[in-house]
Amino acid sequence: MSARIENASYGVLIWRRFKRHKLGVLGAFITGAIYFVAMFSEFLAPHGQGTYKARDVYAPPQFVRFMVEDQAGDRRFQLHVLGYKSSVDYDSGKRTFVPDPRKIIPLGFWVQGDPYKFWGLVKMDRHLFGPVNSRDRVYFFGADRLGRDVYSRTIHATRVSMTIGLVGVSLSLILGITIGGLSGYFGGFADLGIQRVIEILQSIPSIPLWIGLAAAIPPTAPPLQTYFLITVILSIIGWTGLARVVRGRFMALKDEDFIKSARLDGNKPVRIIGRHMVPNFLSHIIAVVTLAIPGMIIAETSLSFLGIGLRQPVVSWGVLLQEAQNLKSISTAPWLFLPGLAVVIAVLALNFLGDGLRDAGDPYES
Amino acid sequence: MARFLLRRLSLMLLTVFAITVISFFIIVLPPGDFVDRLVLEANQYGEVFEQHEIDDLRRSYGLDRSAVEQYLIWMRNILFRGDFGYSFGWDVPVADLIGQRLGLTALLSIVTLLFIWTVAIPIGIYSAVKKYSLGDYVATFVGFIGLAIPNFLLALVLLYFSFRYMGQSVGGLFSPEYVNAPWSFARVLDLISHLWIPTIVLGTAGTAEVIRKIRANLLDELHRPYVLTARAKGLPETRMLLKYPVRHSLNPFVSDLNDLFVKIISGETIVAVVLGLQTTGPLLLQALKEEDLYLASSLIMFLSFLAVLGTLFSDLCLMALDPRIRRQANEGDLM
Repeated sequence: MSARIENASYGVLIWRRFKRHKLGVLGAFITGAIYFVAMFSEFLAPHGQGTYKARDVYAPPQFVRFMVEDQAGDRRFQLHVLGYKSSVDYDSGKRTFVPDPRKIIPLGFWVQGDPYKFWGLVKMDRHLFGPVNSRDRVYFFGADRLGRDVYSRTIHATRVSMTIGLVGVSLSLILGITIGGLSGYFGGFADLGIQRVIEILQSIPSIPLWIGLAAAIPPTAPPLQTYFLITVILSIIGWTGLARVVRGRFMALKDEDFIKSARLDGNKPVRIIGRHMVPNFLSHIIAVVTLAIPGMIIAETSLSFLGIGLRQPVVSWGVLLQEAQNLKSISTAPWLFLPGLAVVIAVLALNFLGDGLRDAGDPYES
Repeated sequence: MARFLLRRLSLMLLTVFAITVISFFIIVLPPGDFVDRLVLEANQYGEVFEQHEIDDLRRSYGLDRSAVEQYLIWMRNILFRGDFGYSFGWDVPVADLIGQRLGLTALLSIVTLLFIWTVAIPIGIYSAVKKYSLGDYVATFVGFIGLAIPNFLLALVLLYFSFRYMGQSVGGLFSPEYVNAPWSFARVLDLISHLWIPTIVLGTAGTAEVIRKIRANLLDELHRPYVLTARAKGLPETRMLLKYPVRHSLNPFVSDLNDLFVKIISGETIVAVVLGLQTTGPLLLQALKEEDLYLASSLIMFLSFLAVLGTLFSDLCLMALDPRIRRQANEGDLM
């Protein structure tokens, strides 16, 4: 038997190693699914994000049921939920909801519902899954203070919450690579100065700083501007961590033999950095970036929750959780916590994915 | 050692200066000030201010000067008179407003730090030594949950459950009868009985992080030859663990503690708002919303100071723990 010499590229080696990291693969799937939801949220949500029905204020969650019985007593398959018989207790002013077995709200796929503009371009009114009759409403996660569907809103909020992490991290990465790269490649005084700045920024508690900056955004600012400002605010502090990682990598690689020989061969710094150094720590950077996104998501959620981040009509998970801010509303409608579950799942998935990438990033090690 | 401390303190001086600048300009530079807010509020009640009235108001609050001038005046008053300025919103000197709250924030942060240490270190050691045991899986699971749940959400959930199943509100640091009472033994007891919920809420994320780190570090150490040597020489397992690999595994973690303490103080702001604690958090949020310049700046400044002090403290701990770091510090490598 002759030993087969394998020529596997760096990418192939990383992929093989990543596949072995079960949690990482799971994280990749869930992250992919969440970004898919973010892309097609209007289509995937049964209702529009702002539509409401005053009768359904604080209606509890409904569960999908499968079989209906018609008058003759025959059972047949029909996806549906039960409508509510609601009554108002005039002493406490509270509305109580009881599922009504006679009110069957049939559900179906590819149904007509609230109209929307797909990606702001194409007018559509089809939804993947929802009530067959477009006047019916369905609440898988219950309804909020105004009778809006929490499930649909959670889906709509995915877009803003998930992209704010991406945009924020991209900005941080640009700053981090530029500044950290300068610091690491040139060393000396530039390095010393930049390191001091980073240390000072990192020694200041970030949330008070974020609140301070975010509170300065005028409430009247247009939503897109607010969105952009929030990402800028998040990356003002976010870049420091990435810059440190980049600098560390530059420092470590600078004295490697292959970099030295590249330099002795007369390569220019741009080529050395671009062709020899960056590919070497790219996987590591990708892992660090993936692990930085959840922090941004949590930060945005926290700011919006406090009422100084994004505001209505923009919906993010944090904006939705604002509804759950006081004891009164969460004791009448505990399902208002459910958008928080989305945050937890997204953060976990990204962390798993990041861990997997980090472990896979060094395929030559052991 | 003395040289290290000297260098360290001189760096801290620089940091402190930078902090005062950042805390002040972060409030002053963005458009809008306290007078703008007053005018806006008055407009809502149908009152209209003349331009010269607005100018007068601004002058009386000292907001008509340039940002740099305002900063220099603020600094001068702090340095020479110990005067941190005047809270526009509360109409009292800032110093009167923040003293006690700052103390409570410091107390809560330190208690949380100690909580994280006492809980996370033993669990981290256990889950590394008993790798892939049931306890390890439980610890890992708890670690992930702590990582993924935002502080404020955890606070809200605890608030909900305690209200639902214990029929009482857990908010605040004192029972109603002690909120404004002067300090007494009974009040201290009351504080202690309320402290545990915010401590757990604040400490969970940090605990999760520390468990993960210690576990990973210790796993790296456990198969080193020196562990084998110690065992071969007949050292009892527990003593061997505590004397060599655990100490090693704590080492990189203690230097990271800096970050931990800064994060605790950072998170405290939001947790305090949700739980209605009588600490700096709610005061800061309100001050920022009201553009209450000196109050907001002083609070951000003091919180940062607290974080810097915590960092220094942790570096000293690190030096006490590891002679190698002591040597590095003396040779000036550690900075």
